[in-house]
Amino acid sequence: MGNTPRTLYEKIWDQHVVEQRDDGTCLLYIDRHLVHEVTSPQAFDALRLAGRQVRRPDLTLAVPDHNLPTTPRVAADGSRLPIEDAQSAAQLAALERNAPGFGIDYIDAVAPEQGIVHVVGPEQGFSLPGATIVCGDSHTAAHGGIGALAFGIGTSEVEHVLATQTLQLRRSKSMEVRVDGALGPGVTPKDLILHIIGVIGTAGGTGHVIEYRGEVFRKMSVEGRLTVCNMSIEGGARAGLIAPDDIVFDYLRGRPYAPRGDDWDRAVAWWRSLVTDDGAVFDKSVVIDAADIEPTVSWGTSPEDVVPVGGTVPEPASFADPSKQEAARKSLDYMGLEPGMRIEDIAVENVFIGSCTNSRIEDLRAAAQVLEGRTKALNVRWAIVVPGSGLVKRAAEAEGLDRIFTDAGFEWREPGCSACLAMNPDKVPPGERCASTSNRNFVGRQGPGARTHLVSPAMAAAAAVTGRLADVRKLPLAKRTVADH
Amino acid sequence: MKAVSTIEGRAIPLGLKNIDTDVIIPAHWLKTVSREGLGEGAFETIRATPGNPFDVEDFAQAPILIAGDNFGCGSSREHAAWAMLDMGLAAVIAPSFSDIFAGNAFKNGILAVELPQEHVDRLLEVAKEQPITIDLENQVVTTPFQDRFAFEIDPFRKRCLLEGLDEIGLTLGSESAITQHEQTRGGALPWLDKPQRREAA
Repeated sequence: MGNTPRTLYEKIWDQHVVEQRDDGTCLLYIDRHLVHEVTSPQAFDALRLAGRQVRRPDLTLAVPDHNLPTTPRVAADGSRLPIEDAQSAAQLAALERNAPGFGIDYIDAVAPEQGIVHVVGPEQGFSLPGATIVCGDSHTAAHGGIGALAFGIGTSEVEHVLATQTLQLRRSKSMEVRVDGALGPGVTPKDLILHIIGVIGTAGGTGHVIEYRGEVFRKMSVEGRLTVCNMSIEGGARAGLIAPDDIVFDYLRGRPYAPRGDDWDRAVAWWRSLVTDDGAVFDKSVVIDAADIEPTVSWGTSPEDVVPVGGTVPEPASFADPSKQEAARKSLDYMGLEPGMRIEDIAVENVFIGSCTNSRIEDLRAAAQVLEGRTKALNVRWAIVVPGSGLVKRAAEAEGLDRIFTDAGFEWREPGCSACLAMNPDKVPPGERCASTSNRNFVGRQGPGARTHLVSPAMAAAAAVTGRLADVRKLPLAKRTVADH
Repeated sequence: MKAVSTIEGRAIPLGLKNIDTDVIIPAHWLKTVSREGLGEGAFETIRATPGNPFDVEDFAQAPILIAGDNFGCGSSREHAAWAMLDMGLAAVIAPSFSDIFAGNAFKNGILAVELPQEHVDRLLEVAKEQPITIDLENQVVTTPFQDRFAFEIDPFRKRCLLEGLDEIGLTLGSESAITQHEQTRGGALPWLDKPQRREAA
C-alpha cells in the first residue's frame, strides 16, 4: 500500500478500516452519524429490545426534517403548534424521545438550526473532510461535496452504527467523472449533475464511488459541490466526492462543530493530503466538456431522462435499447407528454424551490435574481420556497430575498424536505406538473399522479414567471441584482 | 436473522427495469414506527393498474419476484425490504440491484439473486406456468425444465444468510479492535474523535 498511488476514496477508506476479514469484508469506522425521524425509530426500538446502548452518542446528531409541515410551527403566544397528521406526529415524537434518551445531540423542530439533515451537517461543521459520514437517507452522498466519504444506509445499518460505530462493507470500485472547461452563463451545478446522470445513466455508478474532478469543480462553491454530490445516488453511486480545498476550509472555519485553534491547523494540514495521487487508477472514467452543457430539464420519470431546455421531448423509438423504448413510452404516458413537443411549450402549474439538493443560500439567491421585479404567471397555481435550514432562512431574510419571493407570488416556508417526497402536507396534485429543484422525478414522488420536471433554482424561477419550462438565459436579469455577495 | 437455504415456489414475472423504492413502497407509507404491515402498500401504483401480475391468483403468496435491471434504485428506505417481506417475498431475481437495496434485502434475509439478462428472460417465461427453485448453498437457480443458472454471492453475506447470523453480534466480537482504532485516531486526529460544539465564530 505504502507507495502505490491511491485515489481520494481509497485514502479515506484505508484510514477507516478497523479490520479486514479473510473474505474481503471490512469493518469500517464511522466518524459521523446523522439521524432523522423516518429511518431511525425501528433502529432505536431494536437497540432497546437487545439491551444495547449507542456506542458513540457524541458522534451522532439528530434533526427532524422529512415529516415536518413547512407552515408556521409556533403560535402567537410562543407555544408549539400541533402536527395534524397523527402518524407524522408520532414519528417525530419518537425521535424527540429517542435522541435525548440515548444521549444524542438533538436539534428540535423549532430550533434556529433545524433543517434538512444534509443542509445541517455541513452548516454546523458536523460534517468534515476526510470523515466517513452516514445517514439513513440516500442523499447523504451530498456531504461528499466537502471531501467526506458519505453514503446512505438502511435502518438495519443505522442500528448497526448506533450499536458499534462501524459498518461491515466491501470496498466499492472507483469512478472518475472529469469535467474540464467552464460552465456557461445560466448553467449551474444542478444542470451539470443532471447532464452527468443523462450521460452515465441511473445505474452508471452502481457499485462505484464517484470522484468529481476537473477545472469546473475546483472553481465551484461548496453549495454547488453539495448539489452535485447529492445526486450521485441518482447515477447509481452510493457516494460521490470532491477533493477538499481552500474553498471548503473557508466555508467550514468557525462553524459550531468544526475544530478550532491548533486542532484546526492540524486538521487543514491533513485535509490537504486528501487528493488522488498522480498515477492512481480509476476502475471507470467519464470525461465531459463543460461547454457541452446547457440548462437541463427532465422530461420522464427517471433522473436519466434529461434534455437541454432548447430541445424536444424524445421519440421512444430513438432509444437503441428496446426496454428503454418501453420505459420511455410509459414515462411519456405518465407525464402526459407527446414525443417531439418543444420543452419550452410545457406549461407548469406548480413550482417547488427546496430539497437537500437545492435549498442553500446560493440557490435562493439564484432564484431571487430571476424573480426580482417579476411575478409568477397566472397559470402557476402554487409556488413555494422551502429554505434548507432555519439559518438559511434567516440569512435569506437578512438579504431581503424573502420579499422578492413573496412579491413574486411565492409562499415563504419553514425548513424541511417538503414537496421533494411529499411525506408532509406539501404535495403536487394528481395530473399536475411541477418545475422542481428536487432530485427525483419518480412516479408519484411529489404526490400520487404528480408530474415532476427536475430543474435548477434559476430555471424554476424562470418557469414560475413564464408559466412554462423556460430558458433562464432568455430572461434579462434585474439591474440591481442580489447575487453580488 | 432467520436462516435461509432453499427457496422454492412460484415467481411473479414483473420484469420491469429501474423499479425504484418509491414504486416498491411510496413515501406516505413511511410514517410508521414499525416494520410490520407494509405489505399492503407494496407496489401500490403497479397494483392499481388492471392486469398487473400481482393480481394473478397463481402468484398470491409467491415467494419470488423477477424484475429488470437496477432493481431498488433510489432512496435508502429499508421499508422497501420490509414491505416485500410482509407480502411474502423471500427472494428477488434481477440482472442488477442498487447497492443500498441489495444491502437492505440481505439484512432482512431476502435473497437478491443477480443473473444475466438472458437467464432472467428465460425465468420470466418459465415463471408464467411453473415454480422455480433457488438453492443458496449451491448458488444455483433451477426450473422444472432442467435449466440451471449459477449465480455469484458475496461469501460473507452467504454465510450470514445460511447460518442466520446476527451481524451486530458478530461486529461486537471485534470490540477490542474498534476500541484500538478509536484510541489510535484519537491521538492522530483528535478533532475527528471528539467533536465539540461551540458558538459559531
